[in-house]
Amino acid sequence: MKILSKILGPFTPLVGVAILLLVWQIAFWVEVVDHVLLPSPASMFISVWQGMTGGQLLFDFFRTIERTALSILYAGIIGIPLGIIFGSSIGLYRSVEFVVDFFRSTPASAVFPLFLAISGPGDATKIQVATFGAALVILFNVAYGVMNARKTRLQAAKVMGAPRFRVLTDVMLFESLPQTFVGLRNGVSLALIIVIVAEMFIGSVDGLGHNVLDNQMLFEMPRMYAAIFVAGALGYSFNLLFLLIERRYVHWSGR
Amino acid sequence: MNASETEQMVEDETAPSSRAGAPSPLSAAGASGDAHITIRGLSKTFGDAVIYDNFDLDIPRGRFVSVFGPNGCGKSTLINLISGLIEPDAGTIRFDGKRLRDTNFGYVFQNYREALFPWMRSIDNIRYPLKFRNIPRAEQKERVERLVERLGVTIDLNKYPYQMSGGQQQLVSIMRSLVIEPEVLFLDEPFSALDYEMTLFMRDQLQALFMDTKTTMVFVSHDLEEAVYLADDVMLLSRGPAEVADYVNVGIPRPRSAATISEDEFVRVKAHCLEIFQKLVRGT
Repeated sequence: MKILSKILGPFTPLVGVAILLLVWQIAFWVEVVDHVLLPSPASMFISVWQGMTGGQLLFDFFRTIERTALSILYAGIIGIPLGIIFGSSIGLYRSVEFVVDFFRSTPASAVFPLFLAISGPGDATKIQVATFGAALVILFNVAYGVMNARKTRLQAAKVMGAPRFRVLTDVMLFESLPQTFVGLRNGVSLALIIVIVAEMFIGSVDGLGHNVLDNQMLFEMPRMYAAIFVAGALGYSFNLLFLLIERRYVHWSGR
Repeated sequence: MNASETEQMVEDETAPSSRAGAPSPLSAAGASGDAHITIRGLSKTFGDAVIYDNFDLDIPRGRFVSVFGPNGCGKSTLINLISGLIEPDAGTIRFDGKRLRDTNFGYVFQNYREALFPWMRSIDNIRYPLKFRNIPRAEQKERVERLVERLGVTIDLNKYPYQMSGGQQQLVSIMRSLVIEPEVLFLDEPFSALDYEMTLFMRDQLQALFMDTKTTMVFVSHDLEEAVYLADDVMLLSRGPAEVADYVNVGIPRPRSAATISEDEFVRVKAHCLEIFQKLVRGT
């Protein structure tokens, strides 16, 4: 494997992609399953291209981004301050820990009917459920980041004469940032899952989830595969985006 | 106990290792005639463990005091109590009669990695304590530059701490505690995480700094050689509750160097301290 990565250099990670496509192509040639169920990779990519250059897929793609981005934005606005407040007081955190943990462990899909009953089948419901799920993940991580702030660093700020509030803004906040980003990345993955599921089943007319299910029902398999591919690419990109932001602004993380 | 007794104790190696309630360092400070930090009736317990019970101590001005003693005797606790990191159960601590909050002091932590702020460049780490002292930005910059010049620091302070070696990081940490021009500097085993070569270098840096500034320094060490090498006075603490078992003047002139370590006087003082230490460990 050493030789392989030497020859391929920066292209090494593409080996897996090539193998996957090759296996898929062979499966298509030998017709492991019906061509209707498993179209060729090429036909999927053609569908992606057609859909993303002005087709329905592009519109659905943006609708899903919009919902997920709004969810993670609201989740951050709710989860980060609450996480800092709960994390900076062990007593306070212990008193709410069970509730947070319980709802964090509750599958968000289980609360769909509840939110449906409260807010109706509109767009708001999807965003609410995704926000609910992501905010708990973010809160939990931020609180842990604050709680695990290096004691020495807080002491150092104190002996240098930093008032309590400055210890919070100059040290606590930065100390919790790496864990906050872990929360944001997990939160955005969860938000995307919830949004896609909601788009499939809760009175939707657009979004990638709707696109996937719609094409499956119409037996438009290349289009369905295209929508799945785009959803995957979106999830990957969200994660990458947060990783890049983290590397840029939390450069000390893990060092 | 007075100054002459202190000297006697250095010579008389069979001197008793502890005297109940004897506030020996009170007079040790008296020897130099000028107490900088006065501690009276200091008490502190952690759970069931009584670390300090009605403890009195004077720390003399402008001297380098090494604190040495068996594990868990409260060496670090002492400077943490003095510097306000730990609240005492009882007792008063005054700096020239002033309270801690009116005193300019520096503190160097053992774990520089966890004491520096990795999100700030080293230069900003050093400048940080000046933010709380109403010093104009221009003067802040000037102060750091002056400090760099005085210490002859050649490392690139625009780097982040994690881009530096351990010794460089601890140097930054020491600079951060010095930039406020403290009256007192506390050091908690500052070199124990460094390799031997770096430790030797840093000892001499610290000694030069002390000779230059004559800042009162309280240095906690778990390395007897280092404690004696740097000290004007070695304070030996006994275990639970802590008492000053002995207070040893180290009269060896400065600057001391690697050669000092093999000199008779150094060997003698170190042997004396070691003997007391061993008695303390055995609890006799």
